[in-house]
This record gives sequence, structure tokens and C-alpha cells, in this order.
Amino acid sequence: MNPIFVEGFSSHRRMFLALVLSGAFMYSDHKLESFEVARAVMQSMVSPLQYLANAPKQFLDYTAENLVSRKQLMTENQRFQVNELKLKEKLLQMEILQQENDRLRKLLASPVRQDYKKMVAEILAVDSDPYSHQVVINRGLEDGLYEGQPVVDDHGVAGQILHVGVNNSRVLLLTDISHAIPLRIHRNGIRVIGKGTGSVNRMEVIHVPLSTDIQEGDLLVTSGLGGKFPEGYPVAKVTQVSANNFREFAEVAIKPLVKIDRLRYLLLLWPDPDNQPDANDASDSDSGEQQKGQG
Amino acid sequence: MKAKNNTKVIYITILISLIFSIIPLPIALDAYRPNWALLVLCYWSMALPNRLGVLTAWLVGLLLDVLLGSVLGINAFALAMVIYVMVNNYQTIRNFSLWQQSLIIGLFTALYHLLVFWIQRFVFGVDFSMTYLIPVVTSASLWWVIFLLLRKIRRQFKVR
Repeated sequence: MNPIFVEGFSSHRRMFLALVLSGAFMYSDHKLESFEVARAVMQSMVSPLQYLANAPKQFLDYTAENLVSRKQLMTENQRFQVNELKLKEKLLQMEILQQENDRLRKLLASPVRQDYKKMVAEILAVDSDPYSHQVVINRGLEDGLYEGQPVVDDHGVAGQILHVGVNNSRVLLLTDISHAIPLRIHRNGIRVIGKGTGSVNRMEVIHVPLSTDIQEGDLLVTSGLGGKFPEGYPVAKVTQVSANNFREFAEVAIKPLVKIDRLRYLLLLWPDPDNQPDANDASDSDSGEQQKGQG
Repeated sequence: MKAKNNTKVIYITILISLIFSIIPLPIALDAYRPNWALLVLCYWSMALPNRLGVLTAWLVGLLLDVLLGSVLGINAFALAMVIYVMVNNYQTIRNFSLWQQSLIIGLFTALYHLLVFWIQRFVFGVDFSMTYLIPVVTSASLWWVIFLLLRKIRRQFKVR
């Protein structure tokens, strides 16, 4: 026990080692695909900490949910019933349309669309890196999640799975600065790419020629071209188009339909039949959000 | 000299600080979150530099990276760097008064956040905003809490 003689060259060497290690980790985490396994292991190792950090909020939510007045519950119930009625009515129409669509697709000899497995996930309230937009959800490898899986909520696409742990995973949100998603203008089918800017309610469409027909208020849906996101889910609305003739491309600002800062429940999709897990605990949450089928 | 040094206490406080750095806060307060992990590590590396050094700080930073979902190694490097400076100057810093120490801690936090920002800027090209530096103020002003609390813990459990 002699703190006076502790320091010496050893801390410099350790710092050098730390520097080398950090460099190696940063490089491999950023560039190497295979490093994902190590990341997944670490992600599952820290999950107790995350559940622990989430506990106070869960407790508060629980008490808040239990301390509701009867009147509130009744009004809520009523609202849900009305909603359900409306949605059921839409569903009836949807089924007929889907049959018709399938029939037409058969006539055209194109493959019939299949409904895919979905699962509800809850967001663990833990904080993330201030430089990126991510959330942690309470599902993981055990539920059959895979990296790059599309995540939606009841307004539209929210993002994709970034890292999978055993029973928790990280979702990279649409608005993250490193995220881009292939889109299609719903009105005329022009394909564009929507990129996150790091701001919660602003994304941008990149590399749009000045002559492109894109207007304020246009709805952008997923085009399905990247192979990650299924086709036809709404993503964003165009908020501003500035076609400055001095620039090469038009500047198009879009606003994601999902309220990124108010997410609570998310829906995971399995569009790719190869990745489907066993459908044992499949959820029952077919909200009004279904494929807006169009060829 | 006792065989048992109660080193466990150090790790428990570090774990608690990690939980505090991911615990959800209201959005308005989120930017003001002090850098708990850094404060706790700074205290222990100042008080017991033989128990906790650059590599421990690096490991804690790596955990923080996984918890926060940043590129692995960013927080690890920044934390190791700060603790490196701390370990090399602990005798000087120990003799400062509490408010002088707060200033030093403010500097350390600024170094930490700037390092993280620079690496993020290098990797992703993020833009700077002053909100990234708010934790510097809150961390510096909360140093006395951490200092007194951890000193009490250290004496209570006879950690050495």
C-alpha cells in the first residue's frame, strides 16, 4: 500500500494499450461485419443493467396505470370500441381487396403477396448516445430477431434492428444520421432515398434532380428496393422543396410520420420468409397498418 | 495491512454510476445529465490510483459504449484518456480545495465530451452543438456531492 510510488511508466503503457485497443475496436465495429457477434454477446451481457435502469419508470407507469378513475377508463373503453368498429369495417374491405389483388396478380403471373409474421415489442426506457437516434427494445434472439429487420409502429416505419442481444436489441431509428431508406413517392412512383439528419422531425431526400416532380405534402412510402423494408409502408411527408437553380440537386426536407420522440410500442416484421422464426408466440396485433398493396 | 481491501465497493459504485448514466430522464432534462461514470471514476482514481487505473476506466467506457449503443471504443478511449490525466496528477489534485477540484473536473468533462465529439465527427460527420457541453457544467457543479459521498463510503467500508 504505497500510493506514492504507484505512478511511473506503467500508466503511460496502459494508456498506449488503451489507445491501441480503442482503435482496434472502433475499426472492427465500424468496418467488419463479423464483429457483430461480439457486439451481440456484449449487448446481452449488459441487459440486466438496462432492465434495472428501466425499473423505476416501469414502476411509475404501473402505478399510473393502476390509478385511473373509472370515468377515464369508461371513456377510453368507448373510444377503443369506436376505433375497433372502424378498423373492422376497413378490414372487411381490405380482405375483399386483397382477394381481388391476389386474383389479378395471378392473372398477371406475378407472385402473390403473403402476409408476414409480426410481433409487438416494448421500448425499454434507457438513454442512448446523444449523437445517434436509437432505442432499446425488449425482444432479442430468443424471439427470432435478426439484424436489419424492419420495425414499424402504427404511423409508419420507425427504423431497423441494429444490434441483437439474447433478450434485448437496439433499433436504429429513421432519423439517425447514418440511416437511409429507399422510398417511393406515393403519388407518382418516383424512387428516391430518404436520409436521416440527426434531427428528430426532419429528414431529407438526397440526389433529387431539379426537374423531379415532387411537391410539398407528398406521401413517401417504402419502395422495397433495398430488400430490407417491405414495400408500401408510409414513411414520411414532404414538408419543403426548394429548387435552387444554382445547386445541382433540389433540397427536399421531409418529416417522418412516426413520432420518434414518443415511441412506446413497436411492431417487428418478418418480411423475409427465410428469416421467419417458429410462429409460436405470434402476436395478435394486426392494427390498421397493413400493406397498402399496390404493384 | 489487511488482506481484504473491499475492492468490491468500488465496482458496485461504478455499476450504480453506469445505471445512472442510462436511466431515462424527461427530454427537457436529458441534456443536463451529469457524467456520473466519469465523476465516480475520477474520484476513485484520485483517491486510490493503485486500485483503479487507465485500463479499468477503459473497460468501464467499453461497457458504456455497449449501453449507449455508440461505436465500440469511443467512450472507452475518452474515459481512459481522462483517467490517464487524473492518475498522472492525482497528488496535485488531491491537495486542491473542493471548488478548485470542481474546476478541474469541469475541464476533464470538457476534454471527455470533446474527445467523443471529435471521434463522432470523424466517423459520422455529426455537427457540433453547444448542448453537448452542458454536462460539463452539471458535472462540475455536482462534484462535491460525489466527492463527499464517495469519501464517506470509502471510509465507512475501509476501501483501500
